[in-house]
Amino acid sequence: MNQSRGLLFFIFTLVLFCLYLNLLRPQLNFRLGNSVFNRDLNFKMGLDLSGGMQVTLLADMSAISAESRATALESARSVISRRVDLYGVSEAAVKTLVAGNDYRLIVELPGIAKPQEALDLIGQTASLTFAAPVYQADPASPGAQPQLVNFVPSDLTGKDLQSAAVTFETQNRQPAVSLKFKGSGKDKFAKLTKEFLGKPLAILLDNSLLSAPTVQSEIITGDAIISGSFTLDEAKFLATQLNAGALPVPVKILSQKVISATLGENSIRQSVLAGAIGLAIVAAFMILYYGWLGVIAVIGLLVYGLITATLYRLIPVTLTLPGVAGFLLSIGMAVDSNILVFERYREEIRAGRSWPVSLELGFGRAWNSIKDANLATIITGLILFNPLDWSFLNASGSVRGFALTLLLGIFISLFTGIVVTRTLLRFFYHGPGQLPFKKSSQP
Amino acid sequence: MNWMKFRYLYLVFSLLIIIPGAISLARFGLKLSIDFTGGSVLTLSDSTIIRQKDITQHQADEIVSKLREKNQDLKLVSFETLGPSLGQETIKKTIYAILLASLLILIHITRAFKQLKYGVCAILAMLHDSLVLLGIFSLLGHFFGVETDLLFVTATLTVLSFSVHDTIVVYDRIRELQKRHSNESVYDLANQAVGETMIRSLNNSLTIIFMLLALFLLGGVSTRFFALALLIGTISGSYSSPFTAVPLLVIWDDLKSHRK
Repeated sequence: MNQSRGLLFFIFTLVLFCLYLNLLRPQLNFRLGNSVFNRDLNFKMGLDLSGGMQVTLLADMSAISAESRATALESARSVISRRVDLYGVSEAAVKTLVAGNDYRLIVELPGIAKPQEALDLIGQTASLTFAAPVYQADPASPGAQPQLVNFVPSDLTGKDLQSAAVTFETQNRQPAVSLKFKGSGKDKFAKLTKEFLGKPLAILLDNSLLSAPTVQSEIITGDAIISGSFTLDEAKFLATQLNAGALPVPVKILSQKVISATLGENSIRQSVLAGAIGLAIVAAFMILYYGWLGVIAVIGLLVYGLITATLYRLIPVTLTLPGVAGFLLSIGMAVDSNILVFERYREEIRAGRSWPVSLELGFGRAWNSIKDANLATIITGLILFNPLDWSFLNASGSVRGFALTLLLGIFISLFTGIVVTRTLLRFFYHGPGQLPFKKSSQP
Repeated sequence: MNWMKFRYLYLVFSLLIIIPGAISLARFGLKLSIDFTGGSVLTLSDSTIIRQKDITQHQADEIVSKLREKNQDLKLVSFETLGPSLGQETIKKTIYAILLASLLILIHITRAFKQLKYGVCAILAMLHDSLVLLGIFSLLGHFFGVETDLLFVTATLTVLSFSVHDTIVVYDRIRELQKRHSNESVYDLANQAVGETMIRSLNNSLTIIFMLLALFLLGGVSTRFFALALLIGTISGSYSSPFTAVPLLVIWDDLKSHRK
């Protein structure tokens, strides 16, 4: 009984904690080891609910050597997400996907009003140029040092660059970025570094400034290092962006999906209504059929909903329409473990056992079938979710959204259906026809 | 009750549902959505749906602005386009997913019940449910234009797992009874197990059906047929556990004793 009391306390605390996270939605801000969590707890909506655009792009790798293709794809991804950020789309996501010989980019832009404009933006091939500084003397104060007023593109471009990589400086092991020019770029770069020794050279990607390192010496070998007080992440980012210029990949639209915000709002409203009514019918059915046992099962179901909502916020799970459907379906399945146990319980009662014994037997004997049956669903859930990204299985967002909610649903419902209802029953169920809060003489 | 006395009748009933569907599948196939065929679909604010061959956003905007000459308030609610190569790939991946799921479930059940016949009969019941579902959707597609899309695949796989889930509950009861009455025939054990799990099966299916019915009737257009597929599958899955998976098990034993 002591162990049950501890469980009851744990469940109670868990419910309070979930209520706190759901109702007050505090801004999360804490450190765990090296990673910092800083997030709000709002539900994340997929494109079909929030409205927006999803585009799958095929990267044309015909001009890129086989071993550079992964780098080129990553660079293309980085460039597109930079453009999207500059365009001002919040919570945009750009993902890469390699399927056989196909290199793909999946771009998700929530809340886009002009799809054509966005397409033009992400469809361009990256262009990298090195620009020379322009100095002009200030006519107002003659004799003063000429001022840096502008950069003009030189003839050195991304085509002349072989590759960029993260490196570490020899003296202080600081992260830096190394550049390697092709034969065509070696002389151009040597000329630039000679002419502008001690002055900054601008590196422009898509005509916006990426970096402006100052030339420290004349470089004739075609190997340069950009140093600065980079963090490792900054150096990686710069190298990736430079590579986008060195390994330009033209992209072409493979598929596209645009959903207006109003359609999304409608879908949310309809799903919530459907869910509420479905839940009410399930609850009514359980209570009418199983009496007080049913009431406790419904409380377990509410705990189920609460924990699920909390996990959706914490993980966070991106809610999509099929995902919501998966959640609603899992509610229907969540009561299954209760029904299995209750039917078992009734059988034991019919066999002439006392109700407390029947209850414990019910839970014990139903467990075997609950375990084996749920394992089968977990297998399917995992195939749909495809966690290892096996390329011969589906990796579509909508299918995954459904699979994730289904899988979470199984695990949470096993907890609420077995642990929560069992503990609640031990404390608040006093036999057939007895009220839940009556003092009982049973131990 | 002597449930297993009518074991052949249950199978005949199943065939009555499966055969029309199978004929439709063979003659008309499924009405595949652009998820599989490639192409474009535009949905407008007056709920008209326009299907096109693979067009670009620019062409879609042109279509809408042309239509807007007649109706000022018309807006593009959703636009979807998919290249044909992607569709082919989806079909392949779907088949792999279903094969992999069947194989893993077969292994799981055979392991859990320590006999191959349980695994095979559960997979046959699963096949029964997918045939029912595919057949009905083929008929719905031919007569009412209902499309089979990627979500339908998801629904099918979910139904498969539900079907097995339900079957395992009955099989588990047979396994348990076998331990207590090891000298009874499979026929008697099956009878008893089906009788004892009937209420549970009905009640559990009912709760899921309530939920799906609400989703089908009240949920949005985008998930309506997804909910319908799950609904058909759930009903078939509930039926197939006591009336396909278990009778097959009994018939398996009938055949074995005949051979002896």
